[in-house]
Amino acid sequence: MTGNSFSVSGYGPARAGWTRILARDSLARRLDWPMLFAATALSLIGSLLVYSATRNRTEINQGDPYYFLIRHLMNLGIGLALMVGTLWLGHRALRNAVPVLYGTSLLGVLLVLTPLGATINGSRNWIVFGGGFSLQPAEFVKITIILGMAMILAARVDAGDKPYPDHRTVLQSLGLATVPILIVLLMPDLGTVLAMVAIILGVLLASGASNRWIFGLLTTGVIGCVAIWQLHILDEYQINRFAAFANPDLDPAGVGYNTNQARIAIGSGGLTGAGLFHGSQTTGQFVPEQQTDFVFTVAGEELGFLGAGLIILLLGVILWRACRIARDSTELYGTIVAAGIVAWFAFQAFENIGMTLGIMPVTGLPLPFVSYGGSSMFAVWVAIGLLQSIKVQRPMSA
Amino acid sequence: MTNIPETGRTPRVQTRLVVIQILVLSLLGTLGGRLWYLQIREGAEYQKEASGNHVQQVVDPAVRGDILDARGVPLADNETRLVVSASRTDLLKQKDDGKAVLAKLAGVLGMKPEEVSQKVRLCDAKTPQPCWNGSPYQPIPITDEATPKQALQIRERAEDFPGITAEPEAVRRYAGPGKSNTAQVLGYLSPVTDDEIQKAKDTDSPYLRSDMVGRSGLERRYDRVLRGKAGVTRYEVDNLGRVIGKAKSDAAESGSNLVTSIDSRVQRVAEYELDKAMKKARQQFDKITGENYKADSGAVVVMEAKTGRIVAMASAPTYDPNVWVGGISGKDYKALTGKDSDYPLLNRAIQGQAAPGSTFKVVSTAAAVQAGYEWDGGYPCTSSYSVGGQVFKNFEGESFGPISLGRALEVSCDTVFYGLADREWKKDGGINPKKGQPKDYFFKTAHQFGLGKETGVDLPNEVTGRVPDRQWKLDYWKANKDAWCKSGKKDGSYVEKIAYENCLEGNKMREGDEINYSIGQGDTLVTPIQEAVIYGAVANGGTMYHPTIGKAVISADGKTVTPIKPRKSGKLPVSQATLKGMNDAFAGVITRGTAAWKFGGWPQDKIALHAKTGTAEVYGKQTTGWLATYTKDYSVIMTIAQAGTGSGSSGEAVRNIYSALYGVQGDGSIDNKKALLPEPQKGLPKVRTDGTIAAPKVTGDPAKDVEASQQDNPTNDDTQQPATSPSPSTGNSNTRRRPRRRGSRRMPT
Repeated sequence: MTGNSFSVSGYGPARAGWTRILARDSLARRLDWPMLFAATALSLIGSLLVYSATRNRTEINQGDPYYFLIRHLMNLGIGLALMVGTLWLGHRALRNAVPVLYGTSLLGVLLVLTPLGATINGSRNWIVFGGGFSLQPAEFVKITIILGMAMILAARVDAGDKPYPDHRTVLQSLGLATVPILIVLLMPDLGTVLAMVAIILGVLLASGASNRWIFGLLTTGVIGCVAIWQLHILDEYQINRFAAFANPDLDPAGVGYNTNQARIAIGSGGLTGAGLFHGSQTTGQFVPEQQTDFVFTVAGEELGFLGAGLIILLLGVILWRACRIARDSTELYGTIVAAGIVAWFAFQAFENIGMTLGIMPVTGLPLPFVSYGGSSMFAVWVAIGLLQSIKVQRPMSA
Repeated sequence: MTNIPETGRTPRVQTRLVVIQILVLSLLGTLGGRLWYLQIREGAEYQKEASGNHVQQVVDPAVRGDILDARGVPLADNETRLVVSASRTDLLKQKDDGKAVLAKLAGVLGMKPEEVSQKVRLCDAKTPQPCWNGSPYQPIPITDEATPKQALQIRERAEDFPGITAEPEAVRRYAGPGKSNTAQVLGYLSPVTDDEIQKAKDTDSPYLRSDMVGRSGLERRYDRVLRGKAGVTRYEVDNLGRVIGKAKSDAAESGSNLVTSIDSRVQRVAEYELDKAMKKARQQFDKITGENYKADSGAVVVMEAKTGRIVAMASAPTYDPNVWVGGISGKDYKALTGKDSDYPLLNRAIQGQAAPGSTFKVVSTAAAVQAGYEWDGGYPCTSSYSVGGQVFKNFEGESFGPISLGRALEVSCDTVFYGLADREWKKDGGINPKKGQPKDYFFKTAHQFGLGKETGVDLPNEVTGRVPDRQWKLDYWKANKDAWCKSGKKDGSYVEKIAYENCLEGNKMREGDEINYSIGQGDTLVTPIQEAVIYGAVANGGTMYHPTIGKAVISADGKTVTPIKPRKSGKLPVSQATLKGMNDAFAGVITRGTAAWKFGGWPQDKIALHAKTGTAEVYGKQTTGWLATYTKDYSVIMTIAQAGTGSGSSGEAVRNIYSALYGVQGDGSIDNKKALLPEPQKGLPKVRTDGTIAAPKVTGDPAKDVEASQQDNPTNDDTQQPATSPSPSTGNSNTRRRPRRRGSRRMPT
């Protein structure tokens, strides 16, 4: 295979137009359409929900009810372009560029900690450019961690040297992941750290690394949590804030209020919801951060169990297809990348929806595709591009 | 080298990928399950919570219905005051939270800026009064005494006063037409309490925090119809309390108007005459106690005899009902209810009770007939009646020889009734009757006359009075014997002797008890309203009514008129022949009997008046006078405590009330034009198409007009005793003196 993976070279005569696109072995035929459909649907549903949540929020929408809707759709457009670009380059080509990408993203999160970074909602995880543009480099770090770890872990296995990555390789890959995690911890952005830990776990699992690593990592995590709790490293109010998802009374004015209002919004939706734009909780702006972290509450209230369930179902479609891609990849590299993305999406979806439903602590993680936010949107569509690339590049015949 | 499969996956990786897949699916399943739990299973609960979250109510109070007299003249209505209010919701929308507007407003109203800002701040644990205790979404009143000029300034420059309104608002007013007062009958309002709100929460007539509730009188009895239904506008608000939409609204329904049978003019005359009679009595010397009469309380009832409708009801001492309007001050409240007050809130026409004295003889006469005594039989009216060493005297030792029951009633001969009661007592088995033996005609008849229970007048807290029959004696003895037996002494003071006797046999009907009872003394208690019912029934041929003041409820739009019909409560246990005899006897009281000295020159041939006087003895106090009277249309009962005889204390006042009703002039002529109510008011006042009720104008003071017309009344003098009675031949009196007052107790009046 050549570096240009967009056309399948050396196979039959060049065909033109529809014939070529619809041919059995064409790229269009080999793309994972259910996943693309689900991701696009989620993004479009997201745009409606974002619009519903922000059309009355005059204090943030600059007096333009469509402000967030337009930007969300623009983000989607850019995201789609990024996906096409990723697909065109191919994950293998990107494999060579991993050191550069990793270094750039690392530089990005470091920049956040400099005066160039901006603090929003207590976390310093933004770089603000002029003209209303800003980026969250941590979102892209998630991708580069996946790519970087996959590159290290799969190198010798894909070369046929070893069946599984050895301890040194695993250690190297962990080192690669730990640097950005430590930086993100300094922001501090706990949610992103947790997502990255989930990614590491997914990557290690898929790489075939020794069980000892898996269990060792899990044990370290548990011990660390207990230590933080028992050694009073965190103030009581911080622990309360963390635990308020289960008992809103622990932090009634802060997180407890959010969870309570979120639960009321979702609970009041019933089977069919109040109807788009008719949710009183949404119109009344009782739920904070409703276009980003709590966007799922809009679906819950206005679209009810059917609409909110559909979102979970569409996420399920993407994850299911991604799992299939991981299993079907001809190389470990592709498998690891796909599994890392599965872990990322799954954790973020579970954490985000879970916190609105009151079964997970409240952290600032966006719901993939649905939440408003450029960086997140770009990152998940790049991930879709990677998955598609892994899928189309498997050998035609096996 | 291991074999690397084409898929790039070793079995370990493959297994782990399946694990990942299962894990992912179970996570999504968890989310779905939780979503189902919140939205489907608990959905209704959260829906409730959500609506509580974002809906706020603004109450638009209903205008309370008027209370009108029989001609439509408002006795209680609403006066419009200019109320300036501030809407917190609107103030908070302004950049400085409305501070500038409030300061400007203070300038217009001539108040201090702090004063205004204090009024609109919300009460909480840290905020002392003054502060606003109601809903923050309710407009907060800043003053209810704005002048039209101030209101105009605010309304004309509405853009300068965002969130401020100056609206006329209804405030309860007791109009007092023609100087009438009607205080105790109307009652009063006060703000609803938390308890009441809680209790009425789930009924079909819940209270709102801003509600005023009727506390006594008609305001209380007819509270539900008068109150109407407050309008509620529900606003959807956002998390900062900003209004984002209007939800369901219920318009306010004004309360219905209550038309009463009260005639404000007659009411005024009754109040004025009662007051005048009491003042006069206080100038009279009481020979028995050696000081002037105290005349500390009294009541008048004017009732339509054929329907039981109340035309006037006055109670003294009285008060100005407008003290309640706009919240009563602590000082005023103490003056009305404190220990040192004379309890002007009591409506003594229905809550004052006293021994009826000789007015009770109407019951005793009926009892005698029921017991089988001939109406025309000759009953000895001796000067005294002796029972086992005790001598019961007739008043001033008069004697008339053998007389009929009618004559005994007319001249109020005590000894005739003593004799009859004593014979019945003996027939019933004396001091130790066998079980089931006593027929107790005298007591049974009293119950049949409606004594000892409420008349059912449409006013709250009516008292029952008391018939001291065997059962009551037993109950009373059980309750008090310990105290009696402890304090009683055989040879002690009068009180101690009474206690001693009561301890021994207070549970039994003693001979003296029944003898005393037969002339309305002793433990018997009646209320003026009970007497009005009884004498009204004698007037109308024997039908007793539940007295009513409410005559009709007319909805605010005037479209629905619900009449309140007179309700019969029973029949007097007397034949028509007996009634005729009683009628003649009571007419005789006016023409030649105990009341004649006050009714000289009365045109009896045109307006037949009937009366019975009574004087009740109250231990340790001056006597209570009763005057029970009736014509074919009205019964008028008047009583004054500690004021001497019934005719002496009330005769002139009652005559003046009748003069006012029928237009009788001082010289005995009848001026129909001046008659206030020669016939009971039949119809209801006219309801105009807009729902308002037409009412004649009441000007001047009807009581003064009546007084002026009575200038040349020959009997208008200030004497209390009938020494100069125009009919000395029948110079009898209704009172009598007993050597000992057995079982007589202090009676509240």
